[in-house]
Amino acid sequence: MRFIFKTDYAQDIRLVKHGGHLFSYGLLGALLLAAPWWASEYVMSQLHFILIYSIVGFGLMILTGFTGQVSLGHAAFLAVGAYTEALMQAAGVPFAISISCAAIFSAAAGIVIGLPALRLKGIYLAIATLAFGVIVEEIITRWHTLTGGNEGKHLKPVEILGWKLESDAEFYYLCLALTVLCCLACVNLLRSPTGRAFVAIRDSEVSASCMGVNLAKYKTMAFAISAALTGIGGALYAHKIAFISPEQFTLFQSIELITIVILGGIGFLHGAVLGAAFIIVLPQLISIAKGWLPDGAAPSGLQAVVFGLVLILFIIFEPLGLYGRWLKIRTYFELFPFYRKGMFRRQKSYMKSERLR
Amino acid sequence: MSFFKVENLGIRFGGVVAVDRVSLEVKRGEVFTIIGPNGAGKTTIFNLIGLLYPATSGKIFFQDQELTRLAPHQVAELGIARTFQNIELFEHATVLQNLLIGRHRHRRTALWQELLFLPAVRRAELAQREAVEKVIDFLELAKVRDSLVAGLPYGVRKVVELGRALATEPRLLLLDEPSSGLNPEETDDMAFWIDDIRKHLGVTVLMVEHDMNLVSRVSDRVLALNMGQTIAEGTPAEVQAHPAVIEAYLGKAA
Repeated sequence: MRFIFKTDYAQDIRLVKHGGHLFSYGLLGALLLAAPWWASEYVMSQLHFILIYSIVGFGLMILTGFTGQVSLGHAAFLAVGAYTEALMQAAGVPFAISISCAAIFSAAAGIVIGLPALRLKGIYLAIATLAFGVIVEEIITRWHTLTGGNEGKHLKPVEILGWKLESDAEFYYLCLALTVLCCLACVNLLRSPTGRAFVAIRDSEVSASCMGVNLAKYKTMAFAISAALTGIGGALYAHKIAFISPEQFTLFQSIELITIVILGGIGFLHGAVLGAAFIIVLPQLISIAKGWLPDGAAPSGLQAVVFGLVLILFIIFEPLGLYGRWLKIRTYFELFPFYRKGMFRRQKSYMKSERLR
Repeated sequence: MSFFKVENLGIRFGGVVAVDRVSLEVKRGEVFTIIGPNGAGKTTIFNLIGLLYPATSGKIFFQDQELTRLAPHQVAELGIARTFQNIELFEHATVLQNLLIGRHRHRRTALWQELLFLPAVRRAELAQREAVEKVIDFLELAKVRDSLVAGLPYGVRKVVELGRALATEPRLLLLDEPSSGLNPEETDDMAFWIDDIRKHLGVTVLMVEHDMNLVSRVSDRVLALNMGQTIAEGTPAEVQAHPAVIEAYLGKAA
């Protein structure tokens, strides 16, 4: 077990807490930087998706994991980002500006859906966001002149200052850089007053507001930040797929995004990355498993069934997700003979008879 | 200028008049206690002051500013902090993080600075931490500084909640039954701290309390409430001896 001797307040807000951190993140960074040399074309493509979904995962994690607001309409923000990028690229806008606009327009959409969210909670908020997702999908389908309706939109490879990112490796580095930037922004946010206000809202709205947290402002802000990150993810997604159409931004996409945060581990940024990796790898595992099944035994809807099953099993048996599982394993070895069951069980809080609002 | 004044405050929930035209005035630097049997409307008065409920009638003044037209979070920004009878802490955060949220009204950094974690943010964070450590020292919470609130015993949570309220550097502190659920020793500590909060931190305290021993030890003035109405006001001894108070608690002699 590692004991950190604290001699300075700055130690608690430092990014790298100890040498072990530096080593493990350094190793991960080196592996990722070297990916174009060790990874096959297929693995590279999967890595693209994992990075893109990680950014989206960060966004949803800020909203659901840290602020405690549910969203079943996040595919809509993904769509806003993707279409902004597609249309702006077609209009010849430089990439730096178009991806910023993707973030800004998504954030604006986030504020729009954030406003009713101030009055809604739990399942009602879930329904409202779900409706929002369906509305955006419908708008994209119907607004033929702008979005091309069901015929969709084609995208060209990203071009930065005349440099065309045509190869897999070049696009990979773009995704990697943006993922790292988004991740750092989230980490910074969470160690500053705004992030603390988010967590306060998640744990107790009443006492957050008694501490001077403006609920309306901070909830809207959480929606905006979450949507902006999702928009950036959407823009990259559009480039990765090179063709976008309304059927990529349905309710199922939203549920897939929710799956990222729940499987990964709600309330941990690491969880967003683990969850993203999981939902990218899972379909591959399913298709491998299909090969072992006798012919005709694997129905076409197998993937949806497995996704649903995994989600339910995680919620019942591992509510802290993959990252929570990792924490448990790590603690087990750190404390070796002394680990006991229930160390991570969330205690039932004392009764709140004084229900307010 | 009065420090804190409540005039004709009232609220009705349907046919129930929970608080009925209560007026009180708290002077700067005193400990003012509201007592009363269960259901007298004590906590409701706190919720009215915190604007968690909209008052049906009456006005609340804090340093001559009318509160009832503000939003709930603005009350905290004026320097009024409170604790809850049944503890409303942030369960899945450490004690330190809970206290840091208390510093919310002293934040000075903008969102974009925080996203980049500029040196200004770092400096501000260190300053906040220092302020919080003072509270930790004051309430002797150093041992549990990094523990999750969810795993702490009730008595410690009560102190953590007091600490979170103190971390806001309030001018007026509302304590809702600070001794409920505490054992005699912990109640003793609480009495000691309330005294210190007034004497050394110069914070005015308005509290709701049942434990008459604690009340007479720390309060300067007491207001007794029954069925939403004021029945007596004065020093602890005066109120305790008041016939209306005895009647409210023990009933009339047959």
